Order: sequence, then structure tokens, then C-alpha cells
Amino acid sequence: MTAASASWTGRISRLPRPGRRTYVGVLALVTVVAYLGVRTTGAADSDSSAAFRFFTDVRTWVDDNRDTSPVFLYGINYVRLGVVELVGAVQSLLYALGGAGLVAAAGALSFVLAGWRAAVLAVAGFCSLGVLGLWDESVDTLVLTLSAVLLSVLIGVPIGVLAARVRAVGAVLRPVLDVMQIMPTFAYLAPMTLLFLIGSPAAVIATLIYALPVTIRITELGIREVSPTTVEAATALGSTRWQVLRKVRLPMAAPAIVLAVNQTIMMALSMVVVTALIDAPGLGENIIQALERVNVGAAFDAGLAIVILAIVLDRVTTRAATYRRRGIRVTAAAVAAAVVVALIPWGDSFPAFSFAKPVNDLSHWVELHWYDATEAIKNAVSAALLNPLESVLTTTPWWFFVLVVAVFGTLISGWRSAVIAALAAAGIAGLGLWLHAMQTLATVLVATLVTMALGVLLGVLCARHDRFAAGLRPLLDAAQTMPSFVYLLPALALFGATRFTAIVAAVIYAVPPVVRLVERGIRDVPATVVEAALSAGSTPRQLLWKVQLPMARSGLLLAANQGIVMVLAMVVVGGLVGAGALGYDVVAGFAQREDFGKGLAAGFAIVLLGVLLDRLTQGLSRTPAKGHS
Amino acid sequence: MPTTIDVDHLWKVFGPRPDRVPGSPLADLSRPELRTKTGNVVAVHDVSFAVEQGEVFVVMGLSGSGKSTLVRCLTRLIEPTAGEVRIDGRAVREMNPRQLRDLRRHGVAMVFQHFGLLPHREVIDNVAYGLEIQGTSRAARHKRAGEVLDLVGLTGHEHQFPDQLSGGMQQRVGLARALATDPAVLLFDEPFSALDPLIRRDMQAEVRRLHAEVGKTLVFITHDLSEALTLGDRIAVMRDGALVQVGTPEELVGAPADDYVTDFVRDVPRADVLTLRWIARPRRADETPDGEPLPEGTLIRDAIPRILRANGPVRIVPSPGAGGAGAGGAGAGGPGAGGARAGGSRAGGSRAAGPGRSGTGVAGARADGSGADLVVGVEELLPVIAGHGDRVPA
Repeated sequence: MTAASASWTGRISRLPRPGRRTYVGVLALVTVVAYLGVRTTGAADSDSSAAFRFFTDVRTWVDDNRDTSPVFLYGINYVRLGVVELVGAVQSLLYALGGAGLVAAAGALSFVLAGWRAAVLAVAGFCSLGVLGLWDESVDTLVLTLSAVLLSVLIGVPIGVLAARVRAVGAVLRPVLDVMQIMPTFAYLAPMTLLFLIGSPAAVIATLIYALPVTIRITELGIREVSPTTVEAATALGSTRWQVLRKVRLPMAAPAIVLAVNQTIMMALSMVVVTALIDAPGLGENIIQALERVNVGAAFDAGLAIVILAIVLDRVTTRAATYRRRGIRVTAAAVAAAVVVALIPWGDSFPAFSFAKPVNDLSHWVELHWYDATEAIKNAVSAALLNPLESVLTTTPWWFFVLVVAVFGTLISGWRSAVIAALAAAGIAGLGLWLHAMQTLATVLVATLVTMALGVLLGVLCARHDRFAAGLRPLLDAAQTMPSFVYLLPALALFGATRFTAIVAAVIYAVPPVVRLVERGIRDVPATVVEAALSAGSTPRQLLWKVQLPMARSGLLLAANQGIVMVLAMVVVGGLVGAGALGYDVVAGFAQREDFGKGLAAGFAIVLLGVLLDRLTQGLSRTPAKGHS
Repeated sequence: MPTTIDVDHLWKVFGPRPDRVPGSPLADLSRPELRTKTGNVVAVHDVSFAVEQGEVFVVMGLSGSGKSTLVRCLTRLIEPTAGEVRIDGRAVREMNPRQLRDLRRHGVAMVFQHFGLLPHREVIDNVAYGLEIQGTSRAARHKRAGEVLDLVGLTGHEHQFPDQLSGGMQQRVGLARALATDPAVLLFDEPFSALDPLIRRDMQAEVRRLHAEVGKTLVFITHDLSEALTLGDRIAVMRDGALVQVGTPEELVGAPADDYVTDFVRDVPRADVLTLRWIARPRRADETPDGEPLPEGTLIRDAIPRILRANGPVRIVPSPGAGGAGAGGAGAGGPGAGGARAGGSRAGGSRAAGPGRSGTGVAGARADGSGADLVVGVEELLPVIAGHGDRVPA
């Protein structure tokens, strides 16, 4: 075997398909042998690499020239000013409404747009924010979210329409949006502070960047999917292009656009909370302070408030997508009622209520009684998976890693993706954060493994048992509504501030979409094929392993691709609660001025890691078509 | 009668550099050959025909034969590659966007296979859409929409949404929308293919009734032969983008232009479509006609009892009012050889009013029989009734 292997590796590209499995095995063996030959001791990253110094210099330059350089004077500063104005306007509107006014306005708006159920939910939700004693923080979060959503919709919907109608625009946008979507939230906070300073404007712009791709994508899809027959019919009646857009395309895409707004709100809310790291006001601040002090109870209140906000905003906008509008009279009545309610003095009449104490008690109880169990799990996973993987990755010389990425990337995703992935890997090394990046990568890989195991298991169960699926669905719905920060809480309560917490949070965060994709993949297997297999006498198990799973392959692999990118985003956020590595570097970069360069470099390293993982796994979902042909 | 739509050597070629195909040797290649060679597909291949005012002109062909593309070329929903279309004498391809829009707004309306209704608008606003985009006031366009809905039998459904209606009713809305702007020409693109057979029959009857009531010029696309025979004054058969034959239902069934059309009409009960003129022959000297003479435009189906009862052949006389129509038609040759063949020849003039649609058969027979009496006997009926495996009419 070994004698043949050398010549085999040289002929990879020319080998016919049937030999593929064999030579991948041989290649893996060669890789292992080579690794044993070239491994290093895994030296710590330097504290002042060229990249760090460069970024620090950039920052110094920006700070020095903020008020003199034309780029800032006539560009960026105006953008900042505009956003400040917008946030100010939204803020003064919400503040002017006052407590009762805001609740009443939310209720009336929900009633008109989404019916009375949504209105009841909105009123109850907003009141409970007051009950939790987090009214001011919630309003601040709402102000930032609404500002960012407003901008996203104003910018994203026209771009989405344009992308759907002008082929060139769509083609140019696609890769840009791809990159924007795999960028973990943490990564672009630092550049934002560099350009827009800390505080609300930077937070709104970061949120905008995070949410915009979704607005554009869903709008584009909605416009694209407008029935061509209807467009043709309208054209045949002599509509101008503008009339077709205004009277046919936009109204018919309206449900999709409302969905886009819904998703934009969810993304924005999730991001606004994270922007507390760059001094944005709101609920995120409470959470971050609580997380830093490992005060699960205090974080729980704020987390709950975010979840309530998320649920209210989600349900109202989701229902609005399918709800047929009220007549003008009902609307007027609702507005009148809202005005009356708004005039009721609000005062401090709410009974304040906090979950902080009971949750902290529970968390201490868990710590006390489950300590052995959680420690055992943590240690077992660390010893069996995490530590060996981490030591292998950290002791791999960067050039060897790049080579392996290039070779295996070519096999999995084709040479184009492999080149991009290899360049990303080399870039990480160039940033001088090799050790931290590999530590983060090890955590990501372990979390992805757990996520996929759990996700496939649950997805298969959902696909095979309707009742199980029906029971799990509301849980998945709720999980996907929640902003990512909230997932840290249960993990923190169970495992304390460690790297393992990040893994657990990432798993909770990434499992729901994986379950969904797996379930859909299996359910999408054509009924006739299943019927044919059953009539041939397959057992349920045979049906699953020989028909459903193989046919759902592309769904599974898409799930892996999505899962890994989500896991990365969450593992990095885990830097807040002791996960260390790149996430910590980013957080430290916000906290200490002298670490700014390193933090910014870590942000870039995260993006590169994201690109690397995405490119490597993206080919997975495309290969089956090639493999079977 | 004046010509409403005049299509003159029309081409539509899809794919790269379509202009080079029409008129060049490339056009003579078969579809697969052309696709592998240049990547082009000829959807409409040198098509010429004329539709007269008030006529129902059916274009029939299998899917992929280019009929839907052809009908879209008429108002440039699809831009033709070469040739010309004239509607009421105005060249459509020379129109600027504004003139074209005017044509679509006032002159020609279209009904689609999948309805193409606006799901977010009530029925009445769907019907009024054409008027709305012309800037008609709300009251005026709703009044007109109400009238048209009444015409198609949808009164009472004005304020429902399209998805609350059945397929047949949705297509009535589509029909009403097309009628609302009172166009001179209606184009139907397989409007009833998506409907159940029973509903389809209702809708066909509806179209016939509307045609009788409002008297528009209709161009009707279908892949259903029985629909074509039911509705069409004349039928154009398309294959691979080209017209194979244009003629009345009688001509198609009685004198198919080639094997393709023959194959198409094989299962049609001939006695239901053909008239006596297709089987009439000169009286032989030793024969004595029996009974009242029959007009030549009588359907064979209707004449069967008379002919079977008669003692000897029955004399055939020209239909009242259709006097010279036959002689002016597509000319010489007996049934089977004649028919208005498409291709280079313009098939515009062969239509005649009244029950006797075209005189091809009689014209041929007269030419042969040099003015002798025409008769039909039992022996002429037999091949029509039994010989082709057709259903024998009750």
C-alpha cells in the first residue's frame, strides 16, 4: 500500500470515480504520517505581530485624522450624523409616547396589522417588560432595533427589487451577501468603532450590516417568484413597467416583503443586544454585565425581556404577512382607543418582579447537586475529543495546514473553493493568531460534531413521527426567535465560565436549524419512492438507511454547512464567558486600548475562519449530483 | 370581409444571435440539428396567415410546437425575430412603446392558461385593472367591470378574492378582465387546458355565446382537437413552429395536408364534421335519384337517415346562399388532394359564411363532372361511417 501511495497521490486528478474512496483513505494516511513528521510544539502567539501593529497604526491614524481627512469629513462623519439623527428621532418618538402611550400604540398597531390575538400578545408582552423593571432598557433596545430595521428596509427592499429585476445587480450582490452572512457578529464590531466611534450610531450600522443581507435576499426572492403569467397578463393589458412594478410585482411580493421585515427584525434584535459590547444602550448591557460577573439570575431577567420582545415582534409581523387588513373604520377606532389609553397616567404603579433570586438559587442548587455530573461530562468530552483535537491542530505548522486544506478542499468542493479556503487559512497565519485560531477551530469542530449528531437524530425522529415533530416544533420556533446571547445563559448555569459553555451554547443555538433541514430533507423524499421501497418489503430501518437518508443527503450536507457557520458565530461569542481564544481577543480589544490591534486582527481571523469553513463544506451539498452521474 | 390580423412571414428564434437564422440555410435544419449547431431554437418558423374580422381562428399544435410563442408575438409580449404583424392595418413591429401600450390597452386583450389574476385584489378590481391603468375613474371602471362580470355570469362574486373561486370561475374572471376594455381582438392562450373536462365544455359554450353576442375577432390557442373543431371557423395546425395546414374543420378532416394532420384527425368522427359535398359524386346515367334533394352543406351525420331510407342515391344541390363560395375557394382537385395548404400560399380567402363553409369538395367534383347532377348513395356513406373505425353516430 505505502509503495503505491506515492504514485497514487500524483495521479489523483486523473483517477476515475470508483477509486475515489480508496485514494481519499490513502491520502488521509499520508497526511497523518506527514503530520507526525512536521508537527511543532504549538508556540503561543506573539503579542505584537506585524498585523497587530499595523491595525494599531491604522487606529492611531484614524484618531488623528477623524476631523481633517476628507473621507471622514465629507463621508463617514455625515453617515454617522445621519444615523444619530435617525436614532434621536425614533427615540424621541418612543419617549414622547410615554409608557402607557407606547403600550397602547403597540396594541393598536398590532390590532390593525395583525388582528386582536397579536394585539393582546403585544400589550401583555410590553406590560411584562415594565413588570420586570426593565422598561427603559427595553425601550432603548427597541429604539436601536427599529432604527436599524428602518434603515435596512429603506435600503434593502429597493436593492432587493433591483437585484431581482436586473441580472447584473443580482450577480454582483450574491458573493457580497454570502460573505456578509457568514461573518460572525463579533467580527465587525471593531471596524465599526474605528469608523463610527462607540455608542448608538456604530451599533445601528453594525446591526444594519448584519440584517441587510436578509432583507435583500428575501425581497429579491419574493419579487422573483411573482407569477410570470400575472406579469404577462398585466403587460398584455398595456401596463407600463412602473405600473407592473407598483400594481403587480410589489403587491404580490408583499407577503415576502413582510417576511423579510420579520426576519430583519429578528436579526436586528439579536445583533443590537451584542452591540452592547461597543457601548450601545439597552438590555444587552444588562446581560453583558451579568455575564461578566457570572450572575445568571441578573442575566436571566434581561434575557427574558429580550425573548419577550422577540416573540412579540415576531408574532405580530408573522401574522401581518397573512392578515387581511382592517377597514378604515376599525383602524380609526383602534387609534382612538390607543389615544385614550395613552392619556392614562402611567406612574410607577407596576408591581416590580424579578426572577434574579429564584434563578440564582436554582443555578446554585444545580451547581451544588449536579456538579459531579456536569464535571464528568465536561471532562469526558474534553479528554476524549477537545484536548486531543486541539493539540493536533495547534501543533500543526501553518503551511502544512494550508496544504491539507488545499488538497482536501479540492476533493470536497473543487479547486476554486479550495484555493479560497487555503488563502483564508494562510491569512489567519499572517494575522499572527495561529494558536488562538486553532483553539477556536477545535472548539468549533467538536461543537459541530455534537450539533450534527443531535440534529440528525432529532431530525430523523421528527421526520418519522408526526407527533414528535408536532411537539418539537414550538420549541424549535421559540429557539429560532431568540437572540444568540440568550443561549449562553443555560450553558453558563450548567457549566460555569469555561470553554465548554461555549460549546453547549453553540449546540443549543445551531441544533434547531439543523433539525429543520434534516427533517425537510427526509420528508422531501418523494412519496412514490418510499412507497416503492415499502412495497418491496423494506423494514422501517432499511427504509431509513437505504432510501431516506441517502436521498436526503444534500439536505444533510446543507445542514452541516449551515450548522458549522452558526456554531462558529456562537463559539466566538463564548469568548465572553471564558471560552478564550479568538472570541476573548475580540472582547479584550474593546475593553483595552492597547489590545485594539489584536482585537481587530482577531475579528479578521474569525471572518477568515468562517470563509474557510464555509468554503470547505459548501461543496458537500453540491457533490452528490456529480457523484451519481 | 376586412382582415383584422395579418401575419406575414413571421419568425421567432430563441438563442444566440437569432437574426442570422430566418431565411438562411440554417432555417432548413431540423430542430435538434440547429440546437447542436448554433444553440438556436426556431419557435415560429416563417408563419403567414390572415384572420378576418369576427372570425374565430384556432391555432392548434402539440406542446412545444410554438403556438403560445406565436400568439405572444402578435402583441409583442415576445419580440418577433423577423416578419410583420399588422392589426387593423397597423404594423405592430414598427410601433413605439407608447403605441404598443395603446394597442394592448384598447385593441387586443388576452386570456391566459393559468389565469394570471392578481391574488391581492378582489374580483371586481381584477376585472377593472385594464381600465385602472388607463386612468379611468374608480366609479366608471367599477360600473364597466360590473357589466362585464354580468356578461360572464359572475354577478354576486365581485368582492371575493380569486383564491375563493373555482378554476372555472377564475377563468371567467380572466375572460371578464379581457372583455372589460372592449378590445376588437381577443387572444386565448390555451385558456381551458387547466380546467376539468365538464367545466371546459361549459366554458367553450360560453365563448361561443360571447362570440355571438359581442362579435369580436378571436384567436384561440389549443392543443385539444375537439376544442379546435368545436370553436374554430378556421384552424391552423402547427408543428415545430411552422404552419402545416390552415383550413376549416371540414378541410382538416376531409383533406389533411400531410401524415401529421392525418394522424391528428384520425379519431374524429367524420360524419360529425364533414358535409355531403365531401362525398358527393356525379350521377351515373343509369341511376334515378330518390326523394327530396339535400343541400350540399348538410352534415353527413344529419343526412344518414334520409340516405339509408331512400331507394337509390339522393340528389345534392348547392346550399342556399352559399352559391359561388366553392368556386372562389382553394380550387381544383377532389377531396383529399385539395384543402388550403399552408406554407407559401396565403390561406385567407377560403372562408365562407353559413353552413357550407368552404366549397373545395364540390368545386372539385363539379370540375370533374362538368355540370352533371351530384348524388350521394349508401356506398358513399359506408367508408365515412364504418370504414375508418369511427364511432357511428346515433
